[in-house]
Amino acid sequence: MILSLSKDNIQVQREQDVVLLRNRVKEVAVKIKMGLLNQTKLITAASELLRNMLRYGNGGTCLVEIVSRGRDNGVRLTFADKGPGIADIPQAMRDGFSTGRSLGLGLPGAKRLVNEFDIKSKVGEGTTVMILKWANG
Amino acid sequence: MDKIPILRMGNFLLVTIQVDLYDRLALNLEADLVQMVNKTSARGVLIDISAVSIVDSFMGRIIGNIASMSKILDAETVVVGMQPAVAITLIELGLPLNGVHTALNVERGMKRLQEMIGPVQEDDDEIAPEDDSFAE
Repeated sequence: MILSLSKDNIQVQREQDVVLLRNRVKEVAVKIKMGLLNQTKLITAASELLRNMLRYGNGGTCLVEIVSRGRDNGVRLTFADKGPGIADIPQAMRDGFSTGRSLGLGLPGAKRLVNEFDIKSKVGEGTTVMILKWANG
Repeated sequence: MDKIPILRMGNFLLVTIQVDLYDRLALNLEADLVQMVNKTSARGVLIDISAVSIVDSFMGRIIGNIASMSKILDAETVVVGMQPAVAITLIELGLPLNGVHTALNVERGMKRLQEMIGPVQEDDDEIAPEDDSFAE
């Protein structure tokens, strides 16, 4: 059972918002005493997903939550956009696949950096990606 | 608009990234740096990222681009001061930064550049004497 302790919804429309959101994530990570390495992994993963959202989804929102499960605390980020959606998720999750000109590391890379990863997408409606990193996970 | 300063030091260009990079800023740096290499005929580029706490795949790609572009313009690139957490994250992300020279700190980076470039020769137009290799 995962409980949400605090919620904060942030709009991401411009590139500069990325820095803002990174700082916000850093803040909550420090608050739950997440170590530096896990912070770095979480923020890097967030950065990848934000970029995806800006590039392919025309921006969207990010829900920043502090969650708890028993004695563990963690940060959960939910990225939601109303972009074109992803038709083939397994393909998008493969290393090196990209419809843009990028390296195709964003989604699979982000997944490797966090403890929990979930992606839902509907073509024509948008994409939602959830990542969760435990403070000592 | 923010800009990252590029300092010239002899044959080298020195870049210290002190702020969190967003994409546009990184792209501008890439363009500025390659132009500067051309303009100053620099032989080496030293990028200090000790103050950078996040390097994601985009930033990693820019660093790789700078290195390959400079290489084509006959300049070597050394990236120095990467934080341990950033190094671990980059590898887990799947971005080993192949082809980019690194050093632990600025001092070693400078030494590395000097070694790679070899003894500094004043670039007067003395190309003629030892140019037999082209004839073959």
